[in-house]
Amino acid sequence: MTYSKLASASAIVFAATTLSTTAQAEDLTLCWAAWDPANALVELSKEFETESGNTMNFEFVPWPNFADRMQNELNSGGKLCDLLIGDSQWIGGGAENGHYVKLNDFFDAESISMDDFAPATVYAYSTWPKGTPNYYALPAMGDANGWFYRKDWFENEDIKAAYKEATGQDLREPESQKELLQIAQFFQGREIDGKTVYGAAIFTERGSEGITMGVTGALYPWGFKYENTPGSYDMEGAVNSPEAVEALEFYKELYKTATPPGYTNSYMSESLDAFKSGQVAMAMNWFAFFPGLFADPNTGGEKIDFFVNPPQNVAGSTLGGQGISVVSYSDKQDAALDYIKWFAQPEVQAKWWELGGYSAHNSVLQDPGFVDSAPFAGDFLLAMNDVQDFWQEPAYAELLLAMQKRIHDYVVADQGTAQEALDLLIEDWTETFEDEGKL
Amino acid sequence: MSDRTIDRVAQATPVRAARKIRGLSDRAIAWIFISPTIFLLLAINIFPLIWTIKLSFTNFKANRIGREIKDVGFRNYERILTDSDTWLNMQATAHFLFWTIFFQVLIGFALAWLINKKFRGNDLWTTIIVLPMMLSPAVVGNFWKFLYQPQIGLFNYIIAWFTGKDPSSFEMLGSVQLAPWSIVIVDTWMWTPFVMLICLAGLRSIPDYIYEAAEVDRASKLRQFFTITIPMVLPFLMLAVLFRGIENFKMFDLVVQLTGGGPGSTTELTSINLKREAFEKWRTGYASAYAIILFVTVFGLASIYVKALNRVKQR
Repeated sequence: MTYSKLASASAIVFAATTLSTTAQAEDLTLCWAAWDPANALVELSKEFETESGNTMNFEFVPWPNFADRMQNELNSGGKLCDLLIGDSQWIGGGAENGHYVKLNDFFDAESISMDDFAPATVYAYSTWPKGTPNYYALPAMGDANGWFYRKDWFENEDIKAAYKEATGQDLREPESQKELLQIAQFFQGREIDGKTVYGAAIFTERGSEGITMGVTGALYPWGFKYENTPGSYDMEGAVNSPEAVEALEFYKELYKTATPPGYTNSYMSESLDAFKSGQVAMAMNWFAFFPGLFADPNTGGEKIDFFVNPPQNVAGSTLGGQGISVVSYSDKQDAALDYIKWFAQPEVQAKWWELGGYSAHNSVLQDPGFVDSAPFAGDFLLAMNDVQDFWQEPAYAELLLAMQKRIHDYVVADQGTAQEALDLLIEDWTETFEDEGKL
Repeated sequence: MSDRTIDRVAQATPVRAARKIRGLSDRAIAWIFISPTIFLLLAINIFPLIWTIKLSFTNFKANRIGREIKDVGFRNYERILTDSDTWLNMQATAHFLFWTIFFQVLIGFALAWLINKKFRGNDLWTTIIVLPMMLSPAVVGNFWKFLYQPQIGLFNYIIAWFTGKDPSSFEMLGSVQLAPWSIVIVDTWMWTPFVMLICLAGLRSIPDYIYEAAEVDRASKLRQFFTITIPMVLPFLMLAVLFRGIENFKMFDLVVQLTGGGPGSTTELTSINLKREAFEKWRTGYASAYAIILFVTVFGLASIYVKALNRVKQR
């Protein structure tokens, strides 16, 4: 073989090897919030790496900075994330600003049906405009705001007797918002095991989304609506309805009379800390944390139980959770779509639930054994039946920050009345929608 | 030695370049040297300023690139200046600015006065006192948050020890009345050493013979303090006030760590609100107008102050 032939053959072999490697193996980066389910996803994704040959990298950002960080990334057309598990409220902006790849054609080509997922999650995490069959994400992580409590305290005979004496009722999982308040007030300042404990840990955080996510847990059960007619942006009489005013006053009373001292700027981690340190009888938080809470050696296991956000006038829970989207600025969209195709498989979804993620796939949720598979599984299903989400408009950040301000001003800083807070909120939101050209 | 270096440089310069440079005037050579700096200044200071002014008259949103940009005239300015929340933010900023500077000057000067006295361990105490200003504001904010914690915070326990109150009966960061003071306390703790160092420089610049002459004239210590020390340290003090004023007008990190602007909007300083408008709500046009208003305010106040400072120096 002459040198030239040898060189040509080597070049062909080299090119073939290089090209085939490029086509098969990619370095994908998935961006999400830094929390318990993210660790489960890392574990789950190892199977994808083995099957596809792709390498998965993860960019997990703590919740308080997650929205800022990711929105900056998307707005600047950044290529950091190939896949993004973005909050449900981002779907409008993701779709309208061209950040997310529209997935309809891909779903059709790969026979991925949205009918295989829980309708509430498809509506909330995937569609834009809302409810239309335009999909920008695959439901990845179902979630809602729920409650957990100290079962051992609720079953303690002395405490039960004291509660009966104080209220004339049996101590049990609250079946209404008002009962929740009554129980929380009963525990407030009580001595248990030689320690002063408090009623409930709720969300009061000012900076990102905390107090809004907390207060909607009261607003929705009172029947709160964002608009009189969906899509009309007609908020007068809906946002500031007498029921909404009552719910807001209720949340303030819960904050003022039944939370630990210094609980003025608290969100997920503070709620978890308050519960795990044995400070509170009850706490609100996202279902995503419940597997970790149940596994906690000090306050988990037999000492903990869970309940869905109690109804008042109607049943209602605040929606959490996210869909997984392909970022349109990614150079590796094919590999990213491969990940979604792999993730949508029923057997992968079953493992996702097993590892601590909340699958939204019907094959998991409708499995006869699902309700008994975890102590919070039944509550999760109940919650997902009645979830309601915040605005998902492209201008959601403006809408959210306005609500953060008005609610925090009233609940924590004692400024004005509930009626005034909601009236001002309508003014803020009207201004935003006028700027958006929707009013 | 240096002559030889000059010779070497001259010999190393290509003849054509040397001829060209020889043909330039001193003024032209000066321009050649300062032009990169001028270019940089234009690029990173003047151009963004002009661009911000332009954006402030539009409805531009940086997260909606494809959206039509409309000229809105003075609407952004009108909205900001007629919004009661803007004035609440201004009030919060003014409260923070006034009291931090007041306490820092008072305590900083007192510390400098003490440190200026020669005593054993003088250097050690100086080092200990300046430690807080060497820390990162994020770290300071975080650990003061713990100190202010009503249930376990040392600060609450110290106050409780003095007043006999229950430590968890008051919330430094959660109370509308106390939160503005809690941020003043932390900033004062952190930045008083800076004012102290400037005052110390002022005190050490006063020649001893002036005090000796005053002693000869039988001037009392109090009189020496008011007629020698204060007037001679005043320019230094005013400089410290200028630095701290500018710094605290744009205070962000420390307060965000401590209160996040809360409770409600009680400690939402103008810089925090500006950041929310620009990078959380993405109202770029509105935020640009807000930034221009703040710029004009700071620039105007600083100009008046610098004139006053120059007058004091000339006395």
